[in-house]
Formats: sequence, C-alpha cells, structure tokens
Amino acid sequence: MILRDVLIIGGGIHGCATALNLRHAGATVTLFEKDYAGRHASGVNAGGVRMLSRHVAEIPLSLRSMAIWERIGDLIDDDCALDCHGQVLVAESAADFETCKARVAELNRLGFTHEELLSAAEVRRILPAVAETCTGGIISRRDGAAQPARATTAYRRKAASLGADIREGVAAGLPRFQNGLWHVDAGGESFAAPKLVIAAGAWSGRIAAHLGEPIPLVPVAPMLMITSRVPRFIDPVVILRSRILSFKQFPNGTLLIGGGHLGQADIDTNSTVLDWRKLQISARTVSELFPVMRSATIVRAWAGIEGKLTDDLPVVGPSLRHKGLFYQCGFSLHGFQLGPAAGAAVAELVTEGRTPVDISGLSMARFNAA
Amino acid sequence: MTPMFSHIPADQRPTLEIFVDGQSVQARRGDTVAAALLASGLDVRRDSAVSGVPRLPYCMMGVCFECLVTINGVGNRQGCLIPVEPGMQVEIQRGKRELGK
Amino acid sequence: MSVLHSDSYDLVVVGAGPAGIAAAAAAAAAGASTLLLDENAGPGGQVWRGLTTTPLTNREMLGKDYWDGEAELGKLRASGAEVIHRATVWSIDPSLQVGVSHGGSSRIVQARKIVVATGAMERPFPIPGWTLPGVMTAGAAQTMLKSSGLVPSEPTVIAGQGPLFWLLAGQILRMGGRIDVMLDTTPKGQLAAALPKAFGFLTTPYFRKGLKMLAEVRSKVRIVKHVTRIEAHGEGQLDRVTWETAGGKRGEMASRLLLLHQGVVPNVNLAMSVGAAHDWDKQQLCWRPRLDEDGQSTVPGLYIAGDGAGIGGVGVALARGRVAAHAALTAMGRKAPASGLSAARAELAKANRGREFLDLLYKPAEQFRIPEGDTIVCRCEEVRARDILSAVEIGASGPNQLKAYLRTGMGPCQGRLCGLTVTELMAKARGTTPEQIGYYRLRAPVKPLMLSELADLPQEPAAVKAVVR
Repeated sequence: MILRDVLIIGGGIHGCATALNLRHAGATVTLFEKDYAGRHASGVNAGGVRMLSRHVAEIPLSLRSMAIWERIGDLIDDDCALDCHGQVLVAESAADFETCKARVAELNRLGFTHEELLSAAEVRRILPAVAETCTGGIISRRDGAAQPARATTAYRRKAASLGADIREGVAAGLPRFQNGLWHVDAGGESFAAPKLVIAAGAWSGRIAAHLGEPIPLVPVAPMLMITSRVPRFIDPVVILRSRILSFKQFPNGTLLIGGGHLGQADIDTNSTVLDWRKLQISARTVSELFPVMRSATIVRAWAGIEGKLTDDLPVVGPSLRHKGLFYQCGFSLHGFQLGPAAGAAVAELVTEGRTPVDISGLSMARFNAA
Repeated sequence: MTPMFSHIPADQRPTLEIFVDGQSVQARRGDTVAAALLASGLDVRRDSAVSGVPRLPYCMMGVCFECLVTINGVGNRQGCLIPVEPGMQVEIQRGKRELGK
Repeated sequence: MSVLHSDSYDLVVVGAGPAGIAAAAAAAAAGASTLLLDENAGPGGQVWRGLTTTPLTNREMLGKDYWDGEAELGKLRASGAEVIHRATVWSIDPSLQVGVSHGGSSRIVQARKIVVATGAMERPFPIPGWTLPGVMTAGAAQTMLKSSGLVPSEPTVIAGQGPLFWLLAGQILRMGGRIDVMLDTTPKGQLAAALPKAFGFLTTPYFRKGLKMLAEVRSKVRIVKHVTRIEAHGEGQLDRVTWETAGGKRGEMASRLLLLHQGVVPNVNLAMSVGAAHDWDKQQLCWRPRLDEDGQSTVPGLYIAGDGAGIGGVGVALARGRVAAHAALTAMGRKAPASGLSAARAELAKANRGREFLDLLYKPAEQFRIPEGDTIVCRCEEVRARDILSAVEIGASGPNQLKAYLRTGMGPCQGRLCGLTVTELMAKARGTTPEQIGYYRLRAPVKPLMLSELADLPQEPAAVKAVVR
C-alpha cells in the first residue's frame, strides 16, 4: 500500500492546481486521472478567464483567481497564452440594459468594482462590428482568455515537477474510509491517505453518491464551434444578457463560438453527441450580433463533458459527512477561470483547515436545506 | 511566368472567360478553378494563413486545402472542386481572409 | 438546397467513385430510394475522374480500364438513383442523419442505411520542402491530365513508388508531357521480400499490364533507383530537387515541378467522425475501418466500401460497393435479387487476389513516412517534426494532446495531410505502436461549413445531431 498525505481524484485544472498547491505546502500527493490531464472540460472549454457576470457567491474566489492568472507564468512556467482585453456583456434590449444597471449598482453596494456599466456608444467603440440593436453593456476590463488545454497541462507538469505523483490513464476505484484513512485502488495498486479531494468533474456525482452524500450533479456536454483564421476584428470576449453566447477571437485569428448550448454526454464511453439544431441557434445568435460573421467558415465543432449542478454553482469545501473528504466539483460550465484559486483554497482547507477566501456560498450545506 | 502545365493539342474544349484578381483569363470549359489557375501562367500563389508563405495546390482532389480561393466574393472555397463558369471572379487569398468577403 | 427530392432515403451513398456508383446502382435497381452525394463536378471518383467530361476522347490515351467506368455509370443512370454532384457531406451521426451542403445552402437528410465510399487519398510524403509551390502529388498531376488534358511542360521530377507512380509516368509520356527524371524510392531488397506473395499477383491482369508499363517508361526516362533521400529547394517556388541513393550517390536537377507519390491510404475522416472504429493495418501502414463481412462498420447501418475500407483498387471497390448495397437491402428487409449478395462476395474474393504482393513490394520506407528536424509535418498549421518531438518530450502522449500543444491537425484539412505522419512519428518517439498512439478525434463538420449555412438550416422536426468523441 502506498501512503500519502492527500489523494486527488481527477486531473482537470482543479485537481492539478490543488496538487500543485499541496506540494507548495509540503504535502505528499497522488492524483488519479482516468484519461489524461485536461481530456474533458478543463482541456476543451472556451478558455474564458472571466470575473464578469459571476454569481455573488463565486466572486471572492474569482477575484483571487484573477490575481493568480495575472502572474500565471511565474507560477507554472507557462503563460497559457493568456490574452486580456476585457470581457463585455452586451445588452440587446432596454430591459437588458436596466438589468445591467441594477447589477452594477448591486455589486458596487457589496464593494465589488470590477464590473463597469457601458453605454451603447461605449460598447460600439469597443466592439465596432456589433449590431445596431446593442443598447449598452457591462465590461470587466481585466478579463480575457487563455488556452485551456495548455493551461491544464502546464499545471499538471508543474505539479509533477514539484513532486506530485500524477497518474494519467489510471482510473481510481471508488474510495472507502477505513481506520482513519481514505483508501483508493487504482492501476493495480492500493493507495491510502488521511485526506481525499474529489475533483472529478462530471464523474464526481457518482463518487459523492457512493459516499452517501448525493449532490444534484448532471453530466452535460456544452458545445463549441471554431472558425478558420481571419484578421483581428474583435478584442474583448463577448457574452450576452438574454441569449446564450460566448464569442471571442484568439490571437491566431480563429473565432470561438460557445456559451453553453448542450449536446449529449455519456460518461461511460467518454463520448458526446452534438445537437446541430442548437448549434444552429448559436450560429444565428452570433450572426445577428455580428452580421459580418455570416461569411465565416466553421472548421470544427465539439463538446466537452462537464458536471453541472442544479443551482449552477460549484461545490468547493469539506464534506459534511466524512472526515478528511473535500469536494471541488460541479463548476457548471464556468470553472476554468476558478481553477487557480480553487486549487489554492482547497489546498489550504486540506492542510490548515481553513482558507482566507470566502467560499461559504459554495458549501455542501446548501443541498441539506431540505 | 510559363505555366508548369500545358494543355495537350487534343484538348479542343471551348474556352470561357474568368477573372483572376480582376485580370481576364481564358479557361477551358470543364476545368476546375484550381486547374484553370495553374494553366493560366499567372502568379496564383496564395499566402498561407499562418506565416504568409506562398502555396499552390498540392492534391487537386479535395483533401489538402492548399487551393483555397475566394470565388465571387465567398472565401475559403476549394478551387479544385469547383468548375469554372463564365464571368467568375476569382481572388487569390493573401494571408488570412477578411471577413465579409 | 431545393434539389433534393426528399428528406429521407432508404440508402444514402457518399462518394461517386467505383464503389459508390456500384452501391447506388445496385440499391436503386432493387427498388430502394437511393441518394448518391459527391463533392466533385462529375462522377468517377479518382480512378474514373472526368469520365463524362474528359478532353482525352481518344480512347487509347486513358486505356480500357478507364473507359470500363462507362458501363458502371450506365447501370447507375438506368437504376433511378438520385445523384447530386458538388454536394459536400459535412456530418453523419449515429442515427444516420446526413448534413450536406450544396450550392451555398445545407440540408439534413435521414438515411435508413448509409454507404460511405469516400475512397483513398495519397499517403502524406513529408520531405524537406514539400510545401513549396511546384511540389504536388502524382495523383494531382493525374487529375489535371484526366479532367483537363494538362500535362507537365517544364522540367519535372517524379519521386516515389507504387503502381500509380509508373502508370502516371506512362500516361504523361504518351500524351507528350515532360518528365526529366524518376526517383524510385522502392527500398533495395523489397522485391525479394515480396516475391513469396507473388503467385496471386501473377494470375491477375495487372501483372502483364504492369510489366508493359514499366518497360515503356524505362525506355523513355532516366530512372534513379533505391533513392533514400529527396529534398525540394527554392525561395517561394520550387527550383531544384536533390536526392541521394542507397549507394550513397547524390544527384540534383533544376526543376519547376516535383510530383510525389508513395501509394494511397483510406480517406477515413468521414467514417471516423461518425464514430466507426478503425484499426491500424500493419501491412498497409494506415488506419482501416473495422468491418464485418458485409462491409458494415461498428456504427450500425453504416457501411464502408471502396478504398476507404482498405486499399484494394477498382475491382475490389466495385465488389465491395455491391456487397454493401445488397447487405443493406437485406437488412432493410427489401427483396434483393437472391443471388446478389453471394455473387458480389464471390466477385470480391476474386478481385482481392494479388494485393498482398503489391503491399509488400511498395511498402514505403520509414524515412519517407517519419520525417525529422525542420521538415513540415502539418502543412496547415506549419508544424515541424522537431516541434512534435519537443511536445512529446514534455509529455504529449497522443495526437489529441498535440492538437492542444501545437494545433497540428486543426487547420482546414483536419489532419488529412498530417494524421498518419503524426501517429507514426509519435509512436517512434515514444517507443510504442501506432495502435497505442491512436489518431485524432475527428469532428464534424468534416469539411469547413459557412456559418450562414448552419444559421439558415431549414427547420425540420427531425432531430439534428452528429457524433464527436
């Protein structure tokens, strides 16, 4: 049996970031990844590094993450192609704009200043190609985008170089608690540690249910499309208030169209099925917002497998039922930006029992209300 | 520039006029855009979208995408799959294609 | 896209080469509603390219094998199958819905069964300088010859090996085209290795024809044997080809055109994107779909025929097309001619003779499949062999991670021109097998799709989905 301080199930950006931070704290770690790091949601998402438009419960974690992203190269020896020209939420109606105003006022009241209201003219100045229907918006100026697979891989590589034992292509068996230790069988070997972190994305629900702590997590397959390279015509990432869309241009010129229309996910076969009817809606939305996009060529569409919780908020924190067990999952299509801070916070919870960042709204406790 | 390929004398197909970057070119009816360009004697090298190096068609059967051209204003068309038509406007793609054309 | 007569068909066939023509003709003749989609302007695929339009109307020029296509095409026309050209299939999903683009708009069509007959493509031939203008495939030159009567007229080098290598040279010469030198890359000793398998080949008509062709070409062109290294040189345009032989002899030639060929491999993109399982063929050094004896893939109802099912040539393609069509008819409970399936299977067994000999004789050498150093592997994204080796060194374990690291395979050709090279290069670097390394997970759309075509898809009740993994 191999004895560690901490075992982690899941090699996405969350598991890898936690492993890295645990190594900084001196803990011994083994991480199990059934495929390879970044194979699913962490590697194939839209790469948005966004504080904009987050649920208030996530904002402290998101702000802390942004501070880490801004010096990501120092931390993991790779700049992850992070490219920050802000993210803009576009209002498409008068009602949308009223919602934007109320949102910014509410954030200001809570002491958050990262979101700023934009008039229609200001949005047009920042996004010259935007449709006339735009009524204004909100900008978060420090936001941007990174390359998700590169970022996740860099976290994995840095954690490994600091001594984390990262086992890719090794599926963890269901964990069990015995004599004060968490036991996991994986790849023909047995592992044990006093602490266990579940960071298994869409596969986390099964583990939680097995441990008698069910969470309302549904595996989903958010879909994305990418175009061939075109000259730069848009700097910030664009999202919408009332319709599903996330739209950005990478430095290489390709345009990414996403936002969360869902295909079908099968977590037993790692497969996803695209829904062209919904991709059609994405295509319509983006071409209505940026009419010039009608002549873009789509070169690829895909979907990643992600865990979505019913209230669209993740679980970050200790189990309420078991000693030494921590959850870091259910990021519900917006976990990539949170990876760096969630990894730091969970490592703090594991090693010190507390974290300075307010994650009270992301606790397991919210599912016990009933 | 002398073209690398020439029509054999037995080829008696009628010609038709297309325009390559505005320049009149006599193409043979039934030729694909890519073949007509290669036979034209013009410099029809496109720039690659990544580093801007010159490229010409490689496979002529629809798999390599080296023959991408703008045809009648629509970009990124596979020139090797599309037959010439009278009056067709062909533009050689220099670098990344502009949106909206 | 108003040209389609229906939104649903018993059988949709993709690709109008020999296999697709044979499959569609057999199915439609038996009464199945049949749609044949092909992205070219006319029927014939590669081998019968330009069959209805070629300017080479003197039948001597392209020979009997070419004009044999007319009889098969005649059967197709008499069968009542609906045939649409310049129709690009961009998606097929496991429920057998077909996304097809034609004339600037797209439709989704429901099939009960599908025959994918997307044929072969030339094996990537990644040598230094192969992206220079003036370097093309031999198949490209043959396409220009058949469909446009265009032959090389400037200093030309042909390099490689395989039946098409010799056939093309013969055709170009017969039509007054120019070839200055042929660089034969067949490794020394390979003929001896293949000879034990020659018996099947000796009994085929290809044998006699092959000898005649070789003799004709050898009498007219300088041939350099056992070439082990080839480089294309020039600034923005090919101007010189250099080579080296197994005997250590070096040569060079000022040249405007370099035609490359080292055999053909199945064009697997569409079938893989549906989710059909493929296995590594150790003999032909390529992926081939896992099929049952009827040609049905691991996706129920999806049949694969022709060279896309494994390289076999025209005769095999015709037979596989008919086998797949009859099997699909039978599976749909349609009354096919009782003898149809067994006759087609017998035809297939006969057509397969001699293949093993050719595969062994023309197995391409490692240095022409697995490049090194600065040689470009991925033409679209301009990724070099050494970039891939560096990515392997920092932990990339397969082609899909390489996509994230280097964008290999993510350009418009979607890995068609680099996939095999990447698999073999990574297998060699990691000391494992191509099977272990695997291939790109391919995605719909398998051909680039205008955003407006997707946005404007007609609203139809049928679910519209396609698979990715």
